[in-house]
Amino acid sequence: MNSNQILDREFLEIRAKILEVAAALDRIQRAEGDVSSDSRMQLVADAITVIGTEQADAIRAEKIQLLFSREYDTKWLEGFEIASRT
Amino acid sequence: MYYIDPHLHMVSRTTDDYETLAKMGCVAISEPAFWAGFDRGSAESFRDYFRQLTEVEPKRAAQYGIQHFTWLCINAKEAENVELSREVLKVIPEFLDCPNVLGIGEIGLNKNTRNEAIIFQEHMELAIAYEQQVLIHTPHLEDKYQGTRMILDMLGKHDIDRTRVLVDHVEEHTVGPVLEAGYWAGMTLYPVTKCTPARAVDIIERHGSDRLCVNSAGDWGPSKPTAVPDLVLEMRRRGHSESLIRKIVFDNPRQFFSQSKNFVLADPESRVGI
Ligand SMILES: [Zn+2]
Repeated sequence: MNSNQILDREFLEIRAKILEVAAALDRIQRAEGDVSSDSRMQLVADAITVIGTEQADAIRAEKIQLLFSREYDTKWLEGFEIASRT
Repeated sequence: MYYIDPHLHMVSRTTDDYETLAKMGCVAISEPAFWAGFDRGSAESFRDYFRQLTEVEPKRAAQYGIQHFTWLCINAKEAENVELSREVLKVIPEFLDCPNVLGIGEIGLNKNTRNEAIIFQEHMELAIAYEQQVLIHTPHLEDKYQGTRMILDMLGKHDIDRTRVLVDHVEEHTVGPVLEAGYWAGMTLYPVTKCTPARAVDIIERHGSDRLCVNSAGDWGPSKPTAVPDLVLEMRRRGHSESLIRKIVFDNPRQFFSQSKNFVLADPESRVGI
């Protein structure tokens, strides 16, 4: 499939999904309380930025996955003080 | 198209699901031992569960012409209880010669804790001692990346044949490190928390079809045991060849499982009746 065919197939899906996100954010805003300082709201905003930004490679999904991931510390094993079992 | 679902928890599904799977072309299932939705109280409870996996499920599946294989372990969630885990580890060898047991699994991490890491390593030692294949669960959502990297770190310390290990539930950010390290990778088609058929096909298009399997991981949660045929349809809609589709849903799992001495798959083309 070429990019035009994929766009034809995906356009309404993309439109619907973006509307779902917009409506969910509206729902949060309309509700009682304030979540503006909740770190998850910043994650959502950052993820939307990734979607809207031109990427050198097609890695938006991977970038968003990493954005929503806990940090990985290469030295984790030392922190756990588990004797190497090999 | 005939297919194998390499990760499906049939103990929590109905017999109707077996019938639907059979109608959709499923000829074999592998069922890793997992969390029952509640913490079990004793090693005896696991012994009963292992009997269910090795005695009851193969018979239930056979009624619909589906071959049932299984993997044994104490799952990552209950592995937080180190004492119980070690008792269960002692029970496992009793079942390793059962004809449908493919290896140790699904071991792994859940919340990436110290206790989970300890029991993961003890399972690896058991697998090595008994020359078993290994199927590995990676954590979900925000814990997946960290947990997958931790698992790869621990696996790297063992002298194992990497082609006999499958790291499951990979997604866009974890598939690369798993395949590059030489392991097999599994993609799980599961609503909301894991991969959709469309994203799984994207991953195949980006990373190639070698050492990559796809499964439904159907269980007691909101899952879809017939998700593999959804992937078949998505690949067809995108114009992929039947041979590539077959490689992903049949040839690859068969190739991976064939490294286990207990894996004998009847040729679906030459069977007569159920
Ligand atoms: Zn599972």
